Amino acid sequence: MIVKDIIDILEGDVICEGDLQQEIKTACGSDMMSDVLAFVKDQSVLLTGLVNPQVVRTAEMMDMACIVFVRGKDPDKGIVDLAKSRGITLLKTRYRMFTACGLLYTNGLSGGTKV
Amino acid sequence: MSNAIHLHYEVSSEDFTRAGEASGSVKKRLKSLGFNGDVIRRVAIAMYEAEINMVIHAEGGYCDVDIYPDRIEVLLADKGPGIPDVDKAMQEGFSTAPDNVRTLGFGAGMGLPNIKKYTDSMRIDTTIGEGTKLYLTVNVPQ
Repeated sequence: MIVKDIIDILEGDVICEGDLQQEIKTACGSDMMSDVLAFVKDQSVLLTGLVNPQVVRTAEMMDMACIVFVRGKDPDKGIVDLAKSRGITLLKTRYRMFTACGLLYTNGLSGGTKV
Repeated sequence: MSNAIHLHYEVSSEDFTRAGEASGSVKKRLKSLGFNGDVIRRVAIAMYEAEINMVIHAEGGYCDVDIYPDRIEVLLADKGPGIPDVDKAMQEGFSTAPDNVRTLGFGAGMGLPNIKKYTDSMRIDTTIGEGTKLYLTVNVPQ
């Protein structure tokens, strides 16, 4: 799956655009950034309901190419600028967290970690 | 060692949104030096968690980073309240962070356990009322 597929599946609005052709192998859905940081996964997308700059910082540390804000949440300019400077794609989807994760999962994206 | 690259950062607690700038900058530097992605990520994540801790608990401080060909050493020092019970602080889920920090996505008691997980060695020197020094090393597989 590539970033562009995630936009299509979640009917997402692109807030800022990084590399839409970047391959995405795993996904992580959480509002708790320390939980995100606990599991290193390569080429991952982050789904979150949290809207603050630390979401972008967390994605940066984890080399994540794309952040999805669920329930149509809008990040402010500071967050968008930070993501732009890091080349991270930001998008929002009207779907709630559970549904957004489920849609990606049923389309073949996994959590990427063993239980 | 003469071929070490030394970096120094001040970590301010005035603006939570800036927490992570030092880690991001180190990440970029390690990338430009050609270290492998796994090593870079481990250093960046451990340092980022420590930076967040300094901002939450200790009103900031500084970090020193020494980059050697075979390892990366990071010292994070603050003049905060110190850690009363280090063993307890190392337990997953134990946190003394104020509630408002949780609304920012941190304060789940995962900081120090995460740092330990991603580093090859971790040492905490802490004195109540004086501050905490956290020494981290990530080895570079040869």
